[in-house]
Amino acid sequence: MKALIIGCGRVGSNVALQLDREGWDVTAVDEKEEAIGRLGDHWTGGFVLGHGMDTDVLREAGIEDADAVVVATDGDNTNIVIGQVAQQRFDNQCVVVRVLDPARAEFYRQRGLRTVCPTSVAIDVLLDSVRACEVRPAETAST
Amino acid sequence: MYLLIAGGGKVGANFARMLLKDGRHEVTLIEQRHDRFERLEREFEHQVHLGDATEIYVLERAGIARPPDVVAALTGDDEDNLIISQLSQEKYGVPKVIARVNDPRNQAHFDLLGISPTVSATRGLMALIEHEVPEHDLVHLLELRKENLEIVEVQIDEGAPAAGKRVEKLDLPEGSRLISIMRNGRAEIAVGATELLPGDQVLAILQPGKEDELRRVLLKS
Repeated sequence: MKALIIGCGRVGSNVALQLDREGWDVTAVDEKEEAIGRLGDHWTGGFVLGHGMDTDVLREAGIEDADAVVVATDGDNTNIVIGQVAQQRFDNQCVVVRVLDPARAEFYRQRGLRTVCPTSVAIDVLLDSVRACEVRPAETAST
Repeated sequence: MYLLIAGGGKVGANFARMLLKDGRHEVTLIEQRHDRFERLEREFEHQVHLGDATEIYVLERAGIARPPDVVAALTGDDEDNLIISQLSQEKYGVPKVIARVNDPRNQAHFDLLGISPTVSATRGLMALIEHEVPEHDLVHLLELRKENLEIVEVQIDEGAPAAGKRVEKLDLPEGSRLISIMRNGRAEIAVGATELLPGDQVLAILQPGKEDELRRVLLKS
């Protein structure tokens, strides 16, 4: 199974490393050369230097026969565009896109793009943590 | 008309200026850079909003839900322009969206996602430069994307297969036609009886992809 990870920052590199451990054939794409350092000294997967908006770079990284594409650069709009290109031009069935803005994540989810919104996840986790606090009103009042 | 312009750089600000000078339009400009915004605010006052035009709440504050008659996505970032265009068209039903393409290599993405019309200063400049530099035998002057037609210019050289022939005798490829002949600084409309001479600059209209066939008929033996 081949996975393409576009954007090899803190998020992308860890997704790449974990999929690699799980036996996927992984190629990472980043426009910065130093990004490969995040994959460690023993990285045996692929790495293509270039911008994910460039279809030649995507082809070189093997998008045409990738089973999964993860788009996680640091730009929401860049991710949304690359995700749609992967879906519509290259016909990838499994495209997952990181979008920090909950509003855009929701709009593009409705249009059939599998968006993941870390901000919404953080909000949910924070709310759950607050609700899980066993603080009684009387105690809060006294402090 | 009510126009919403995203991006207050040289392109966006001058476009807004032009529209306001006309006096018949209502214009809202969105700019995300603080320094630019402050400068623009002095000139455009309440007609300029500070914010990222790819953020839905910024667009809504600027009045996208009315919706505007036209949204012009003119920022210096192609991804941003694509998203602004998609949101305008698909979320708010804006009847006309014009998008700026900064890097011509991104044109294919705009086409893929159904964003049309697009404008590209770089592409336009390249055509003008090509026109001035006689490096290419066939120069693209104008692309009519919606019509699927383009206008090109070719120069008829000595010994070219078309030299000395009348237009009606040329075996022009289907989907192409000669428009005009420029000779000694004077242009005339190309008709069947027009004879092509060496040195003529010929404008032709054709469907994209027919360039090679046209070249064969006019330029190469």
